[in-house]
This record gives sequence, C-alpha cells and structure tokens, in this order.
Amino acid sequence: MVSKEDVAHIATIADIGVDESELELFTDQFNAILDYFDVLDSVPVGGDAAPLRANVFRDDEVVPSLPHDEVLMNATDPEDGFIRAPRVI
Amino acid sequence: MGSRYSFAHSDPHNAFITICREAEYGEGPLSGIPVAVKDNISTAGIETTCGSNILKGYIPPYDAHVITLLRSAGAAIVGKTNMDEFGMGTTTETSAFGPTLNPADPTRAPGGSSGGSAAAVASGMVPMALGTDTGGSVRCPASFCGVVGLKPTYGRVSRYGLIAYANSMEQIGPLAENVRDCALLYSVIAGHDPRDGTSLDLPAPAPLKPEIAGKRIGVPAEFFGEGVDPAVASAVRSGIDRLEGLGAEIISCSMPSMQYALAAYYVTSMSEASSNLGRYDGVRYGTAPDFVRSWHDAYSHIRKTGFGEEVRRRILLGSFALSAGYQGKYYAKAQAARQMVRNDFARLFKTVDMLAGPTMPCVALPLGETSDPLSMYLADILTVPANLAGVPALSVPCGTAHNLPVGLQLIGQHGAEDEILSAALAFEEGSA
Amino acid sequence: MTVIIGLEIHCQLNTKTKLFCGCSTDYRDDGPNTHVCPVCLGLPGTLPVLNKQAVLYALKVAKALHCEVPAYSEFARKNYFYPDLPKAFQITQYDKPLALGGYIDIEAEAGGEKRVELTRIHMEEDPGRLVHKGSGDRGRYTLVDYNRSGVPLIEIVTEPQLSSPKEARRFLNKLRATLEYLGIYDSEREGSLRVDANISIKGYERVEVKNITSYKGVEKALTFEITRQKGMIRRNATIVRETRHYQEARGVTTSARSKEMEHDYRYFPEPDLAPLEVSSWVEEIPLPELPDARRDRFMQQYGLSLNHARTLTGDLKLAEFFEEVASDMPEIAAPWTADILLGELNYRDMPVTKVPVPHYRALLLEVKKGSVTDTSAVEVMRLILNQVMEGQQPEMPGEIIARLGLSKEKGDSIVDTVASVLKEHEAAVADHRAGKAGAINFLVGQVMKATRGRADPKEIAKIIADLLKD
Repeated sequence: MVSKEDVAHIATIADIGVDESELELFTDQFNAILDYFDVLDSVPVGGDAAPLRANVFRDDEVVPSLPHDEVLMNATDPEDGFIRAPRVI
Repeated sequence: MGSRYSFAHSDPHNAFITICREAEYGEGPLSGIPVAVKDNISTAGIETTCGSNILKGYIPPYDAHVITLLRSAGAAIVGKTNMDEFGMGTTTETSAFGPTLNPADPTRAPGGSSGGSAAAVASGMVPMALGTDTGGSVRCPASFCGVVGLKPTYGRVSRYGLIAYANSMEQIGPLAENVRDCALLYSVIAGHDPRDGTSLDLPAPAPLKPEIAGKRIGVPAEFFGEGVDPAVASAVRSGIDRLEGLGAEIISCSMPSMQYALAAYYVTSMSEASSNLGRYDGVRYGTAPDFVRSWHDAYSHIRKTGFGEEVRRRILLGSFALSAGYQGKYYAKAQAARQMVRNDFARLFKTVDMLAGPTMPCVALPLGETSDPLSMYLADILTVPANLAGVPALSVPCGTAHNLPVGLQLIGQHGAEDEILSAALAFEEGSA
Repeated sequence: MTVIIGLEIHCQLNTKTKLFCGCSTDYRDDGPNTHVCPVCLGLPGTLPVLNKQAVLYALKVAKALHCEVPAYSEFARKNYFYPDLPKAFQITQYDKPLALGGYIDIEAEAGGEKRVELTRIHMEEDPGRLVHKGSGDRGRYTLVDYNRSGVPLIEIVTEPQLSSPKEARRFLNKLRATLEYLGIYDSEREGSLRVDANISIKGYERVEVKNITSYKGVEKALTFEITRQKGMIRRNATIVRETRHYQEARGVTTSARSKEMEHDYRYFPEPDLAPLEVSSWVEEIPLPELPDARRDRFMQQYGLSLNHARTLTGDLKLAEFFEEVASDMPEIAAPWTADILLGELNYRDMPVTKVPVPHYRALLLEVKKGSVTDTSAVEVMRLILNQVMEGQQPEMPGEIIARLGLSKEKGDSIVDTVASVLKEHEAAVADHRAGKAGAINFLVGQVMKATRGRADPKEIAKIIADLLKD
C-alpha cells in the first residue's frame, strides 16, 4: 500500500507538480496498479542474462555540428548565442 | 525529384495532427504514394508533437532515419498522425489534440497508440502509414480498425528520430490496407543505421510470396485465457482453422511467463519513460518555461501543465519503480521476468515456426469508456510479450466479432518478418 | 586528529569527438552552442553511439593504473533535472564500471613511497556550462552553452587513503603526469581536470567538497576544509555529513543547500547502449614509458639524484625538454633545470615548451666551460625568458654576456678588487682573523657585489685566504 504522502514524495523526486485533489485519485490508482505488479514478487531472481549484443561503437571522426541558427530555432529568447533557462540560484 | 502530391482529403476521424496539403515526392518504390507518419517520428521542418501540449510548436531540425528512407523511396509525406500522448495509451484518447474516431465505427476508439495512422489507412486517406509499437501500439489499432500492422524485430528498423517512450521495446512499424503494402513499406524502412546503436545489420527483406503450407504454428493456451472476449476468440480460432486448411500444422503449446508479461512490460516501460520524459523543460524546444519562476519551480510547473494525466501517472509510477528501496522489487524483477518471456519464446521456437493468437482480447471500445487505467493496461496482455522479447509480430484482419474488426496475431522468431508476412499474405489471399 | 581524504577526479579525454556523437571537442575558442548536434542537445528522438577511442583511452588509463577490467561493464542513466543536462539524465557507469581497483605510488611524507589504492574508474559524459545572469529575485536567469555537453570524461575514484592536503597534491601531480604521459588528456585545456574530495577527521562525519575546478586549488580547498572541521571539533560543534562547494575566488568551502541532498538518481542501465565486453583488449593496449620508469631511467642513464629525477619526470613536457637539452651534460642540466629553470618558469607561469632549446643549451655550455658565474648565468636566463615572454626574438647567451660584460673575472683582474674590499671592511677582516665563522661569507659577498656577480665565489674565497695569509 502506498499512502498519499508516498505519492507526494515521488512527485517531489520526479519534480512534477501534483494537486492535492489529484493526490487522492493517483494514490487509489497506484494501489490498484502496484497490487497488480505484485505478481512479480514470485519471479525468481536468476543470474543476468547474456546480453543480446555488446561492443557497438562508432569511430572518433568529426561530423559537422548543427548550424547555429537551427540550434537556437526552437529555444525561447536566446542571448548572445546562449540558450536561456530559468534561474538556478 | 520535385513532383508535388496534393492531398485533398478531409479528416473526419481526426486521424491527423498535422496535414501537409502539398507534399513533395521523388522517384523510387514508393514514388507518389501518400504516406502518413505518426507524430512521434521526427520530421525536419514539420511540427512533431507526440500528441502532447508540451511539444506544441516543436519543429525538429533533423529527419528521423525512416523519414530519410521514405523520402529517398519517393514517398509523399502527407502528414503527422494522431496518437496517445507519447504513445501512452491503447485508445488514442490521451492525445492533447482530441481523440481519433474509428472508421469502422466512429462511436468507437481506433485503439492506440498509433490510432491516427490506423484510421488514416482504414478510412482510405492513405494506403499506408508508419506507426510505432512499444507494447502493441501498431498491432492494436490495426486489429481494431481492420488493417494490417507489423511490429518488426527489435533493431530491424532504426529508432533514430523516434521520440522515445520505452527505448528497449519500441519499434517503428508499417500499417497498410493489405499485407503486400505493409511488406512494401517494411522493405523501405528496414535496415541498419549506424546512428542507432541497437540497430541490426541483417540481409534485405526477401520478395514477398504467399507461403504457409508445412509451417508449424504454435497456439499458446494463454492467448485464449481469461479476459479474452469469446466472440474474439471464436473469430481467431476460425482464422487458425483457415491456416490449417492452407496446410499449416497447428500445435498447441504453453507460455507460462505470460502471467508476468504485462507487469514486466508496464514496470519497464514506465521506468524508461520516467527518464526519457525528463528532458521536456521547455529550454531548448517546446512550450517555453516561465522564466519568472526559479528552475525547479518552472520545471515542476511545466511538467504539470504540459503533460496529460496518463503521462504524469506513468512518470510517477516509473519514478517509483526506479526509486531507492523499490528498484529491487519492481525494475529488477521486471527484467528477470522479461528474461523468462525471452526464454519461453526461445523454447517454443525450437519446435514451431511461429505463434498465432488474437492480437487483442477484445474489439474496439466505445469512446470515453476506459477511465480506469489498470483495465486499459490489461488490454495489452497479448501484444506485450513480443515487445519484451524483441521478436516480430503482426496483426492481420481476421473476420469480425460484434460486427467489429478482429485481428489475428502472428509472432515470429528474431528476424523472421519475411516468414510471418508470407504467412499473413497466404492467409489474406486464401492461397498457400 | 587523523585526516582522511579520498578524491574523485574527472578527466576530459582528448578524443577528437564527443562520447556519443560526432561533434568536435575542440570548442574552447568558439562561441556558445556552436559544437552541438541533435544528440548532445538531447533533442527528442536522438540516440547515443559510443566513441570507440574514448573506451580505448579509458582502458589505457586503467592498464597504466593497474586496474582490473571486468569481463562485462555497462552504461547507466543518472537521472536529475538541471539545465546543463539536456536529456535530464547523465549517461555514466554505475554498478558495472569499466575498471576496478588499481593504485598509484606517490612520494610519502616520511620519505620512501606510499601506495594509494583506487576504487574504480568509470566513463561518463560532461554536462553543459551555465552562466548566471541578471539580478534580483525575478530578474535572474541562466544562460546555457552545450558545447561541453557530451565531452568524454573518466572519473577516477580513490580509496580514502590520503592523509594530508600535501599528499593529495602529490597524488594529483603523479596522476596528472601519468595521464599526460599516456597522451589521453590535454593539461592545457581549461577545466580538463576537476576534483571532488571527501574529507573527514577520523571518528567524525565525512564532508564532500565539490567544484574544485583547478587541480592547483585542491591543496588550498583541503587545507581550508580540514581547518574548518578541526575548529568545529575543538568547539564541540557537530560536523554534519554534507556536500560543500569550494569557492575558488575566496578560498573557502560553503555548504550546498540541503535540498540538493535529497537526490534519488534512479540509476538504471542505459537501454540505447550495448554493454562493453572489452577485458580481453587490455593486453593489446600499448603503454608508453610512464613517470616511474622514466624516473628510474633518468637515475640510471644520467646519474641523476632521486629528487632531480622525480622532479624532471613529474611533467611530461619537462622530461622531454630535459632529454632534449641535457643528454650530453646531465650533471649540469639536472640541477639547472630542476632547481633554477623550473622556479623561474613557475614565477612567470610560463610553460617549459616555450623555453628556446638552443639558447638554453648554449647557456648551459657557458656554465660548463666556466665562462660565467652561476649568478650571471641566472641573470642571462632571466633575460632570455623575459624576452620570450615579451614576444621578442631572444638573444643568444654569448651575445648577452658580451653586451653586459658578464664574462667571469678571473685571477689577477679580481685580486685588486678583493684587496680594496678587504681594506674597506677591516672589522670583518678582524672577525675573520679571530676565527668568527660567517665573516668570510660576508667578505665574499662584498666582492661579488663589487664585481656584479662576475666572479666565482670559490675563487674569491681562495684569493681572500691568500691575501690575508701575507
């Protein structure tokens, strides 16, 4: 069982806004879904499977970068070639 | 090069998010053929939204690999089709651009998440379209709309430019009116791409010919288990009888790992999605953040307002499944279960050439009916095993139930698209 | 109070392209966001493809530092949200890193060698760079440059086995030299080596100090932090387990807000990248001569002292310079390079590569011939270095010596000078006769002064002794 507080905590970790009104709905739904996921409890944990493939590489060769105007074309209010973000401090 | 295709259709089923009325096309195997593309596949210069408000206005500066291939095959790309937001749904109702209506019955949903692509084909707007299939998102709407849809082997089609929902399981796949067109579109998009490190380097697809006689087809009991609509089961059993009539050998078998498949699929896809969808902060593209707020505040706010409810639910559940203290119970167990599914397929494919069963346990649902997320998830039970194991699977129309289309699902071994397409063609044309 | 220090060193590998895309890593002279592509910008739909050279470089480091390379390693996503991280996760390695264990031997405080063990080495991508702008609560904003985003890094993690800031500095010098010898790192690229440190006083909580962007700042940052912790213990204050940021300009560490501690990175294997199975490659990877081997060779081949050999091999460029100028006169070149030239270079913040080899060789030959005194030779060296720094074509030592009249004064020509100095300083002469140690040094110094350093002190002392005998 997860509580409303658990869901609120996950919302903090995931940094995604959740309204008080939604918390209740999500909590009920999560309990139903997580209850269903409990079927996995009976899965035996075995050794790791051999990977399907390994060692996929590219060579260290320069490929032209994106033209500067295309880098900025989807960004809001770029400044001096920089991309603008909200303040972090 | 340089010819123009005028796309004049109206879109009564809301199959498209963006329509390109004038589309250029060139020479090649798809020359002049209008092709619709799901809106989670990046198209240079054409808005690509994934059915989400958070990506409204985003114009990719690059083409997905499959788009490059389509263009060089001469196709006319006539628009971007509607979808469940970021592929998260089984009905195309979670789209921020409104639901798509099922051409077979406009009061019903087309299935999802590639519902727009299936509806565009089923309504005759285009003969073929690209969808994507993470847990059944090509096969489900193909089944519900009465068209053919293929999910290729994981790695067979480059994912470069496919906006990720669950990287380890998804593939771009063709939807078409018939098996030949489906195979034609598949033959154009299949192939190795060095920009996708999971891309496989396999021989080109073989020319298609109907072929089913002598094939051993396994029918897992679990595909007709609890929750499968008896009318659907009956239509599919008749289909399997027809396969037998065409000379196939039908073998009953069992896939015990099916009991874990759906949970394994959802835990894995939600976990990967919670990570994939973190990048939509509005800084580099998409809906701009509120610059007056501080970073975390703006970020949390844009994710609350930009994503729909189902996407937020999956981000939260995926974050939970990966979080400290729960990763062992959820994510790690899902990977172990996934290996059991792979092992089951490997075991079965030692004795059979392919598996057959229903694509979906039900027919298309009335619009607005699925409000409970868990029951929506449960509808994916028959499609997710192929995604967990990375094997190819297709859905081909197989009669009706309740006067609505039913799909027969054929699942092949890794790299065996040609084999299941040949079987589907024989089934469709009634000749072996 | 026993100090316990462990280090995490991030080193940019000098591959031509980024870790997961073909963008050039040579971005430092170009404007922001000019070395980016859909992949390193994290545009929707893009996929990483691993740069093989970066793996080879990382394996080279692992081999040189005696690590074990496991049969299987993989990349993982470290999820956190910050504008410098365009995918909202950093591709790194978590529980299956490229290399485990290993060690570096350093000069111990008490002489001899100390072995510092490593925990692991893993590969990861560098985030972008942030610039903070504006003022006031609502006016502030962030500017982002993604040119650095995706540059390959290795992170080298040590066991907590360093016991002082000085030892940490020695460790980093040795590590830096090794990385340079391996040719996988460019010390002249700004920010190419960055250090985080875990510091504790035995019996108390551990503090992580981040953001030490120059390896030279490490000793200062550690010294500050240890003083702070010891002060708290003396005042009976509680040291809390926390992350602190080093403020380079002020030389202090400040507490990072506690909110940043709430991270749950939700690591999981990166589904877009195949795992690595490269342990069998290690044997094939060639290693160049490394600092310890070169040090031992310098001692054997050139007869250098341990200290000179250690100093001269502690920097690749210096070692190469020494071999270029000194192969035929190591007994002069070693002290002159290690004891004098190096100090003059540090004083000017001048790289050894800028020292003109023919000029330096010619100067050493003058010293060897005995045509100038040591004092004059240092003067000539300073002039040449200054000329180089000012962008002039440096003069040859012979020209300078002639121009300034620095030729060593010998024999008779200085006897007169000595005699007049002795006359002027009768008190000192009396002291000397009375057997006072030190008086002779004073007198020699006065003669040196009078000859402007052109006389050899040993010769002066001999002449003084001769004159006073009479």
